[in-house]
Amino acid sequence: MLQHDIVIVGGGPAGMAAAVKAYDSGVRDVVIIDREETPGGILRQCIHNGFGLHKLGRELTGPEYAAVYAEMVKERGIRVYTETTVTAVTADRTVTAQSRDGMLKVQAGAVVLAMGCRERSRGALNIAGTRPAGVYSAGTAQKLMNCEGFSVGRRAVILGSGDIGLIMARRMSLEGAKVEAVCELMPYSGGLARNIEQCLHDFDIPLYLSHTVAEIHGDERLAGVTVAAVDEHRRIIDSTRRFIPCDTLLLSVGLIPENELTRAAGIPIDPVTNGAVVDEHRQTAIPGIFACGNVLQVHDLVDYVSDEAELAGAGAAAYVLAKHADSETTVADNITVPTVAGDGVRYVLPQRVHPQSGDVALFLRVSAPAGRVRFTVRAGDTVLATAVRPKAAPGEMEKLPVKAEKLAGVTTPITVSMEELA
Amino acid sequence: MKRELTCIICPRGCLLTAEIENGSVTVRGNGCPRGVTYAETECTHPRRTVTSTVRVSNRENTMVSVKTREPVDKADMFKVMERLRAAAVSAPVAIGDIVLADVCGTDIVATKAID
Repeated sequence: MLQHDIVIVGGGPAGMAAAVKAYDSGVRDVVIIDREETPGGILRQCIHNGFGLHKLGRELTGPEYAAVYAEMVKERGIRVYTETTVTAVTADRTVTAQSRDGMLKVQAGAVVLAMGCRERSRGALNIAGTRPAGVYSAGTAQKLMNCEGFSVGRRAVILGSGDIGLIMARRMSLEGAKVEAVCELMPYSGGLARNIEQCLHDFDIPLYLSHTVAEIHGDERLAGVTVAAVDEHRRIIDSTRRFIPCDTLLLSVGLIPENELTRAAGIPIDPVTNGAVVDEHRQTAIPGIFACGNVLQVHDLVDYVSDEAELAGAGAAAYVLAKHADSETTVADNITVPTVAGDGVRYVLPQRVHPQSGDVALFLRVSAPAGRVRFTVRAGDTVLATAVRPKAAPGEMEKLPVKAEKLAGVTTPITVSMEELA
Repeated sequence: MKRELTCIICPRGCLLTAEIENGSVTVRGNGCPRGVTYAETECTHPRRTVTSTVRVSNRENTMVSVKTREPVDKADMFKVMERLRAAAVSAPVAIGDIVLADVCGTDIVATKAID
């Protein structure tokens, strides 16, 4: 069996940033295992711009952002096993992988899980109708167009107003296709406001809120879809059904963190994020196994993925260095308190915090859109932090910093709640 | 004239209000100075960075991603696409290589390396 200090599962933006940070934190024996031919993950097909403004101070396209990190990985001599699929991770940190050369087994000092997401597919939606060609998940269509040069269709309807759907509405329009409509089941968009602006408004594409695709029509190829409005219980209102002819239906209906390896390792999963339960170092309930990026929580911005991956990379490095120093106590042995999603908040990450470990940033999503809001972080009756925002939306992750001196004496659960201000 | 805009410069997406009088623009609602620049440009001569792909002639089923080095006039987006549709490059390509020079006042540059 091979031995490596840190094994990183996944070579996308999270895996690369975690590897670089682990190396820079003093652990030299770091490897990345990725199933694709080249590292970069989903960024390789995200050819649009808008990446890196926060993290790198300049605006880049997805492939350029990936290249910045791939270069940092290369400069440090961090090995990337490509076209190698991890098939198992165990609680005692053995990693099994399969490549063209055969099976690989590694005993890792620490493991960072950075597998990302896959898309929710038609099968998960229960849309009535036939099963013709021309129905794609938005990300699959993006890969076909942007990496392989296929045209996916000439006349499209998009179900779901998440960012990938919006980006693809623009992409198809630029390539000369007619995007008839974007339908969103919820009464608000799940995408960023700027993408509604530059991907839909720029191309006069209508966004129908509280609408869904009720039926798919066509034999060999998609002939059209029936769209309809939904009531407040998301039930189709029959009187609103109307047929839109199209040859392409893109589904942008949510991302599912790829946590099969995590579950099989016995790592507890948060039912709201569908990612591992972690502490502020992004360490899971199993010591020495960390998680970051979209496999932990679905992010809006790659910049924040890189930030989160650096926490996991630094945490993994600290874990390994403490073991090397034969130190029996690591920060993980100290007490933790749970974080709790209060009024108006859907989830809080990390799900547990070591109150003694310094400044901590809490990340959260709200349950529904709101105007001017105040977030309050409390432990019992003590207010640890507050923040006011001009608006809040489920599609936009919030970050609330909490100071070390406020956290230091906390022994009770930490609750984050939101109230709408007049 | 008064216009409501969503700033597209960063993911925060500030809601901007721009008042245009005698060719000068007053901006409110911006979280940072970039919002003012965006609103001024958007109200006078809106511009967009165009990103797309160009075929790599000597590699099978391979596209290289590209962008306009500078934003182009919003009205020129489809002109840029027209030029790109006819274009091809041959590998190797490095990030930043000029794929097409002088398109709608800027260059088209590669955003991905193809070995």
